Amino acid sequence: MTGPAISVKGLTKAFGGTVVVDAIDMDVPTGAIYGFLGPNGSGKTTTIRMMCGLLTPDGGEGRTLGHDIRTEARKIKENVGYMTQKFSLYADLTIRENLDFMARMYRLPKRRQVVDATLRELGLEGRGNQLAGTLSGGWKQRLALAAAMQHKPRLLLLDEPTAGVDPKARRDFWDEIRRLSKQGVTVLVSTHYMDEAVQCDYIAYIAYGKKLIDGPAREIPARVGLTTWRVDGADLIELEDALLADPRVEQVARFGAQLHVSSTDADGLDAVVAEWKGRNGSHHWVKKEAELEEAFIYLMATAADNFGLDGRAR
Amino acid sequence: MSLFSLSRFGAVLFKEFVQMRRDRLTFAMMIGIPIVQLLIFGFAINTDPRNLPTLVELNDPSPVARAVISGMDTSDYFAFQGFVFGPEAGDRALRDGSANFVVVIPADFERDILRGLAPEILVAADASDPTAVGSAVAALGGIVDRAIAQNLGGPLTKVAPGAPPFSVVVHKQFNPEGKTATNIVPGLLAIILAMTMVMITAVAIVREIERGTMEALIATPVRPTEVMLGKILPYVVVGYIQTLVFLVAAKLLFDVPFNGSRLAFFAGFNLYIVVNLALGFLISTLVRTQMQAMQASFFLILPIILLSGFMFPFAGMPGWAQTIGTAIPATHFLRLVRKVMLKGAEIADIAGDLRAMALIGSVIVLIALLRYRQTLD
Repeated sequence: MTGPAISVKGLTKAFGGTVVVDAIDMDVPTGAIYGFLGPNGSGKTTTIRMMCGLLTPDGGEGRTLGHDIRTEARKIKENVGYMTQKFSLYADLTIRENLDFMARMYRLPKRRQVVDATLRELGLEGRGNQLAGTLSGGWKQRLALAAAMQHKPRLLLLDEPTAGVDPKARRDFWDEIRRLSKQGVTVLVSTHYMDEAVQCDYIAYIAYGKKLIDGPAREIPARVGLTTWRVDGADLIELEDALLADPRVEQVARFGAQLHVSSTDADGLDAVVAEWKGRNGSHHWVKKEAELEEAFIYLMATAADNFGLDGRAR
Repeated sequence: MSLFSLSRFGAVLFKEFVQMRRDRLTFAMMIGIPIVQLLIFGFAINTDPRNLPTLVELNDPSPVARAVISGMDTSDYFAFQGFVFGPEAGDRALRDGSANFVVVIPADFERDILRGLAPEILVAADASDPTAVGSAVAALGGIVDRAIAQNLGGPLTKVAPGAPPFSVVVHKQFNPEGKTATNIVPGLLAIILAMTMVMITAVAIVREIERGTMEALIATPVRPTEVMLGKILPYVVVGYIQTLVFLVAAKLLFDVPFNGSRLAFFAGFNLYIVVNLALGFLISTLVRTQMQAMQASFFLILPIILLSGFMFPFAGMPGWAQTIGTAIPATHFLRLVRKVMLKGAEIADIAGDLRAMALIGSVIVLIALLRYRQTLD
């Protein structure tokens, strides 16, 4: 394989004096599904726009598919499929007209066959003349994805593709992403759903324009460095309150009928658990390996604290 | 890699036409409203009103006084509604609007004429709307003179005025009958084109940004010129259709002549469309939503109508207002159309108007291009 599909260094962008993206370094390996995570307004969309040449960075540099993001935006655009956050096809054009329009934008040869093939793959053969605006949310996303894939790009940039889509449609959508990934397409997908994050090979987490962590998905929990205990039993609500009041406990997350109690202070947390075991025998404590879920809740909570401290709006 | 792809430009163009056709209301607005406006305004606006309601306070029922009244009545300007008695009744009629004029014939009118006392007829006019009563007032002197002169035969010959030592001949050129439609209809073309071209272009571009489709569009290899030309050209076609419909209606319905050079008209009309589209484009770079684009366009419409010389005479405005008016493209196109259609102007006669429009257009395009670069980022 060649070098990384995307490689950026020190990427920075400010709008009206507010730094939206602050010195982000990122490498997206070719062929990977790369999850781009962070709360709303953290700069994910701006970063993706800079990566595909829609925005000029104020600082930093980078290459997408080997092309300079500052000077070779045109070459990048020809080889990238970009799906925006909002439904970005024309609601007042039919499904076929939308696909045909996108095919013409990339000047694809044998347009009719390409569009027919896309409709067939989508399973929308009989509905080509339906207005795109009348499709359900899930179908709109699938259509937008198909339109972005018609020119067979090597890199797919998806900006929160499943926001506001029901769980079944989201699962179908991810099946499609994995299928494309198997064909060798590199996928960068931004999301704030944790169940989607766990499907990614690599993950970067950003908050308030700064990258907090990145790396292979399976290494993230270890890097965050959480120790986690799982507890079940009676009166979990009272237990949760009591644990949160303890300064040695950093995080208590509820998963069904269990609590996941975590802290970066491993010894402190073990001591807390020992005290509770001695005090109340009705709870069942098991030490577990920290997983992505806990890691993300922890990262998000940390980001929220940052927000509170420097008081930046947005 | 080519700088301009005809295929992509064609795709944008085709898409724009399809969207235009599906958006029935806008389509109806573009084609239907100009026709409706032309019909309504062409027939409705009349700056030379006739048959204004008039009351008479007759204090001298003599033949000469009656001759004055019947002379006014037959002039078409005044429509006699009846008599009033006493000055209060006349004042009340003017105040409540039941009469525009109250004519007061003084007592002993005819006798005073014979005695050479030069009695006065009082015509009280409601001048709260100067345009409404203006032409009737202007015509009044002549009407009364003529009515009295005809009655000063026989024993009254000696008080009849002699012929004046000179005469003034007025030759009303280009619109001898003083028909308002002849003036209003060519002006309407300038107004209607400005309204639809500016607003529709601004809205069409902003709609794409507002709906989020612009982002997906510029993420493709399409070039800005392909998008802009593809989006704007359909509205040029709309402008052509509007103008054609308009010219036919002007000829058939209002009998407005087309005396001048077709080439001059064509040159001016194309330039005017380009300037208006550029203005719409400029608005689209200044606003964020379709609603704002509509509002901005509406803000422009009033000065275009009121300061361009369409509604009110340009020469009547103070210097600063004329300066503002001169910066409005419609002012120059309005003059151009009137010159060509009514006065039979050739290219040389409208060169100044063309230059002015070209200058305004260049400034607009320059600002729009500067703004456009920023908004892409």
